[in-house]
Amino acid sequence: MTVNQSEIIGHFGPYGGRFVPEALIQALDSLTQAYEEAKADPAFAAELAHLHKTYTGRPSIITEVPRFAEHAGGARIILKREDLNHTGSHKINNVLGQALLVKRMGKKRIIAETGAGQHGVASATAAALMGLECVVYMGEEDTKRQSLNVARMKLLGAEVVPVTQGSKTLKDAINEAMRDWVTNVDTTHYLLGTVAGPHPFPTMVRDFHRIIGVEARAQVLELTGKLPDAVLACVGGGSNAIGIFHPFLDDTSVRLIGLEAGGSGIESGKHAATISGGTVGVLHGTRSYVLQDENGQTVESHSISAGLDYPGVGPEHAYLNDIGRAEYQAVTDDQAMEAFSLLCKTEGIIPAIETAHALYGAMKIGRELGPDATLLVNLSGRGDKDVDTAAKYFGLPL
Amino acid sequence: MTPLSQLFEKTRSENRAALIGYLPAGFPSQKECIEAVTAMVEGGVDAIEIGFPYSDPVMDGPIIQAAADLSLSQGTGAREVFSTLAAVTALGTPAVVMTYWNPIERYGVENFARSIADAGGSGVITPDLTIEEAHPWRDAVKKTGINSIFVVAPSTNDDRLAQVTAECSGFIYAASLMGVTGTRTSVSSSARDLVGRVRKVSSTPVAVGLGVSTREQAHEVAQYADGVIVGSAFIRLLQESQSMGEGLIRVKELAQSLAQGVRR
Ligand SMILES: Cc1ncc(COP(=O)(O)O)c(C=O)c1O
Repeated sequence: MTVNQSEIIGHFGPYGGRFVPEALIQALDSLTQAYEEAKADPAFAAELAHLHKTYTGRPSIITEVPRFAEHAGGARIILKREDLNHTGSHKINNVLGQALLVKRMGKKRIIAETGAGQHGVASATAAALMGLECVVYMGEEDTKRQSLNVARMKLLGAEVVPVTQGSKTLKDAINEAMRDWVTNVDTTHYLLGTVAGPHPFPTMVRDFHRIIGVEARAQVLELTGKLPDAVLACVGGGSNAIGIFHPFLDDTSVRLIGLEAGGSGIESGKHAATISGGTVGVLHGTRSYVLQDENGQTVESHSISAGLDYPGVGPEHAYLNDIGRAEYQAVTDDQAMEAFSLLCKTEGIIPAIETAHALYGAMKIGRELGPDATLLVNLSGRGDKDVDTAAKYFGLPL
Repeated sequence: MTPLSQLFEKTRSENRAALIGYLPAGFPSQKECIEAVTAMVEGGVDAIEIGFPYSDPVMDGPIIQAAADLSLSQGTGAREVFSTLAAVTALGTPAVVMTYWNPIERYGVENFARSIADAGGSGVITPDLTIEEAHPWRDAVKKTGINSIFVVAPSTNDDRLAQVTAECSGFIYAASLMGVTGTRTSVSSSARDLVGRVRKVSSTPVAVGLGVSTREQAHEVAQYADGVIVGSAFIRLLQESQSMGEGLIRVKELAQSLAQGVRR
């Protein structure tokens, strides 16, 4: 497999690159350089590993879920428990990595966008830990559906700025964060929360999340004595998915399956399935698949899950899709909620609604492959933040 | 030579800066946009930038965002942008389109350049196209003979400044400050430094944009730059006015005042 070699100066085949105001080039160049230096510095790796061990709670465990698997064609299903990380999702992996870089670069202020609030909470957490000022941009719509996380960010000392422009969701929060960054780039680091945006973000954020796949690959080998048949993850911007996929890229027998948010169904037009239902374009500084109209205007995405409600996707996923190394399928709101409920009731684990999309994918692929198959699923986050949404969905009185 | 390049020859010979006005296509409506541009030209604006309204304008502040949203809600697309451009060039005024990259890519890169030329447009300003990603655009511009205008910023280092300005024709867009579009109470001192650095590497005319809104600011910028770009200030007048009639009068008055400012 020569997948890795295509990654020339921030490109993944025809995807990636940098489409940003010239004012940001200097900052992106210094960030790239700081990251390259840190990567070559064993002290950086050691500091991050120490934080992960003593603060994040890594390595995260794997859990086999046989009662859930009964509903997935009897396949062996193994969950990588990123929900057990401090702050409750995979997002902390990237945040701690970038926060250490911020310290190296001598900046004192970080800004972040957030959809579900998990990246915002992780950013606020790292800022508290390292004494940085933190401003989080969050679509007004998302501040409502994820109000618990808004409160968490405030408790952690961050300022949360509700974004009232456009669709009032993640895409608009990213626009606002970019505007802040253009204005305050001398003092401020934009701590982007997924594998999208201009180079070096897609590469750097992926590298910080590779630990998920590196650990899980070894853990599954130890548990089962062989590689899994498929690795599944939900895809919003694509960070938890690329993190678990990447160490398996050269294992060509392993299917890599990304589950996108199908909303009310791709036919309905109300979805966030960017690869399954979008076209090639440029959004937020990178070329990838985008939900857009015939004039190149971004179309609003729709999903029950705030963290997947994004009309773009990381460029490396676009590339892996096109070369056929990974597959992307859409899971509707209803299908995701079915899997959500099932994992709660069969295994005593409340997943994030984002993650529930991957779990439905496992039910489907498990039924296709049958009892001999082993599926590894990235349980990217826990569902505490989603209790309100889920209660409403299932008609529970609160 | 495009009408835009001819304009800078003229303003240089008149020992003044060119006044360049910006308005998004379809704002406040398709027809009123052309009326407003006409008022700008009557007031003394030398060249017009027609904005392609875009859903995710990361370089723009609240004034232009609101104008773009209004325009988009009325269905403005490539067709309306090109017809507005044609209406402006029919006035005999040099005009360019300012657009984020994705609408160009979506329309088809070479077709976009050709449609600009067909509408009599002089060129395109591309605020989020980096020179690293510009290969297809470079070819299209060459084939159609239009001007290619990139933005440089105070943070652009000297090596890169030489590279970016080498790609520019018509003029070089110097962003006066680190930030987004909007009106400011004073013009950042970084503008003069940036123009000075550009002069060392390029003889192409330099126009300064971002934050210029008054005659005094235009006069200050005209001392060192070849062009003064004003956008948000015009848009704000149209947004604040009770009627289009009032808006047109105020737009023309501002244009007259700025036109005095750009005379050294
Ligand atoms: C638990 C969880 N999973 C997944 C995502 C989607 O992001 P990504 O695709 O970058 O992993 C989010 C985003 O907020 C999240 O909170």
